[in-house]
Amino acid sequence: MAELTYRQAVAAALAQEMARDDRVVLLGEDVASGGVFKTTGGLRERFGADRVWDTPISEQAIAGAAMGAAMAGLRPVAEIMFADFYATCWDQVANEIAKVRYMTGGQVSLPLVLRGANGSGGLGFGSQHGQSVENWAMTVPGLKIASPAGPAEAFGLLAAAIRDDDPVVVFEHKALYGRKEAMPDTGPDGEHVLPLGQARTVRAGRDVTLVGLSITVGTCLAAADELAAEGIEAEVIDLRTLVPLDAAAVLSSVARTGRLVVAEENPGQLGWGASIAAIAAQEAFGDLAAPVTRVSGGNVPLPVAASLEAEVDVSVSRIAGAVRGVLGASRPLSSTG
Amino acid sequence: MGVPDDLELFEQMCFLRHFEERADSLYRQGLIHGPVHLGLGQEAVAVGAASVLRPGDYSLGTYRGHAHALARGAPADAVLAELLGREGGICGGKGGSMHITSVEHGYYGSYAIVGAHLPVACGLAWAARIRRTGQVTVCFFGDGATNIGAFHEAVNLAAVWRLPVVFVCENNWYMEYTPIGDVIPVALPAADRAAAYGLDRIVVDGNDVAAVREVVGDAVRAARDGHGPSLVEAQTYRLKGHSAADGGAYRPAEEVARWRERDPLLRTRATLTAEGTAAGKLDEIDARIKADLAELARQVLARPAPDPAGAWTDVWSDGSWQWRN
Repeated sequence: MAELTYRQAVAAALAQEMARDDRVVLLGEDVASGGVFKTTGGLRERFGADRVWDTPISEQAIAGAAMGAAMAGLRPVAEIMFADFYATCWDQVANEIAKVRYMTGGQVSLPLVLRGANGSGGLGFGSQHGQSVENWAMTVPGLKIASPAGPAEAFGLLAAAIRDDDPVVVFEHKALYGRKEAMPDTGPDGEHVLPLGQARTVRAGRDVTLVGLSITVGTCLAAADELAAEGIEAEVIDLRTLVPLDAAAVLSSVARTGRLVVAEENPGQLGWGASIAAIAAQEAFGDLAAPVTRVSGGNVPLPVAASLEAEVDVSVSRIAGAVRGVLGASRPLSSTG
Repeated sequence: MGVPDDLELFEQMCFLRHFEERADSLYRQGLIHGPVHLGLGQEAVAVGAASVLRPGDYSLGTYRGHAHALARGAPADAVLAELLGREGGICGGKGGSMHITSVEHGYYGSYAIVGAHLPVACGLAWAARIRRTGQVTVCFFGDGATNIGAFHEAVNLAAVWRLPVVFVCENNWYMEYTPIGDVIPVALPAADRAAAYGLDRIVVDGNDVAAVREVVGDAVRAARDGHGPSLVEAQTYRLKGHSAADGGAYRPAEEVARWRERDPLLRTRATLTAEGTAAGKLDEIDARIKADLAELARQVLARPAPDPAGAWTDVWSDGSWQWRN
């Protein structure tokens, strides 16, 4: 498959799934004309007005309509332009979509996708358009959460999300939309789908496990490069999805490295990294040679000026610094030497 | 389905009345786990509207939703079991009174966040529109819901997309304990908002089952024929408090007395007797239904509680509940 940008990969995944299954329909603000982030370009022209619907600025109506259509047997994909806007339809997402299957004793399934632009990435979008909010969704049982770190993942995870019979919230990173990479070889059917709940080891290393998601995967890789020059070999794990969480991938890496640093873009207050750290503390205590360390966005609303933003965003130097600290704090382990 | 005659409508309303009276009694005996919101006095809206729907049509209601589920055909024993936390509950014990749902009967749920289901109704109607199935969605909500954002977003979307949906506001004049007139700047909560969305101002006497049939029937026909949504305000009154725990003491006694005279069951009874039905026959029906429901409650109460393992089912569609490996 050709090289695609992250935003082209989103559009290509939507096209792949719309061509495969006529129950897949799109709705959202400006999606018919391609969307604010140009992730739905050409789909209305190719699939027609019955498959791609522009909405008013009405996130409750968008999320609720997706839910109703899913109950009726369609497989809607709703764009929530900025993930920060989930706050305006959180009732629909957290109280209705996440719970209706359970509350009705399994009378309905909700094969729907909510997707939109998430994260800071140093673009100056500020407190209401630049947050990383996977955590919001992670507090609610009943939602699956995917957060692709690159174009191939943006394609494959979105395709999987659309095929999944449960609601999946896909957090695309707005600072990655322009990133380009070759799509992987596809199977005989020519389709690209990545399973939900399967982390990827992006780089192997023996000294420390770095866990990232979405944009912090790249930050972790850059930190690993810097550390390699110092003789420190970091293993980098891209979680890809928070629910289902591939905790086993993290635990098996930590069993080898004995050290864990988690890098999350959102503020550290109750961030997803805390769940990873808690799992490691509880289930890999004997493997740990050093305290689990978290690197996160600052515990402040997100500022705009570049110098302020850089102060609170996760950076290569902060991750590398955390790794050096972890190595310095390491103790010998009786069980693993 | 044939056209129901007045006697059938009376029987259905009578059933809803006694179901709710029974639920009230069970609640007072401490046998219902969680809150219960009764639709006593509002039976004509549920029965009248359900009587103009086809089996494949969709309807949705609120936490005051027992009547709307039963009116579509949800089995009473399964609804009672859900209320009583017994085996065989219609939602497996995971929804309770506020979330009664019977997808099999076209009743796509009772929603307990005020106004939340109006956008969901749009989605069901949107699917019907895309597939050109001719299915109509009817969405019931209270007067209080007309002040929440989801109402306005949903009615606007339905109008813009010309969705086959009928929004039925059950105006019982109180949002919880507060008179609706205190919290709206217009006289009527739904009807006086319709013009903002290019819709007709439609008001119906919600305690007159024949009137509800006619007005909602017209709206459903228009939706089915591709003429888009309607917003119907059905004026009614709840004979008891907001929830079974509320005595409704904030309502003037003369107001309650006035509405008791307009009880939908009394009015249908008057119509029937005027048409020649013997009052004794109606009393027999009433007594039979009351006794049947008392017996049904006894049977359901004798059932065991749901197996605790049920708490872990119906999370993900593949049958699992785990969020991690």
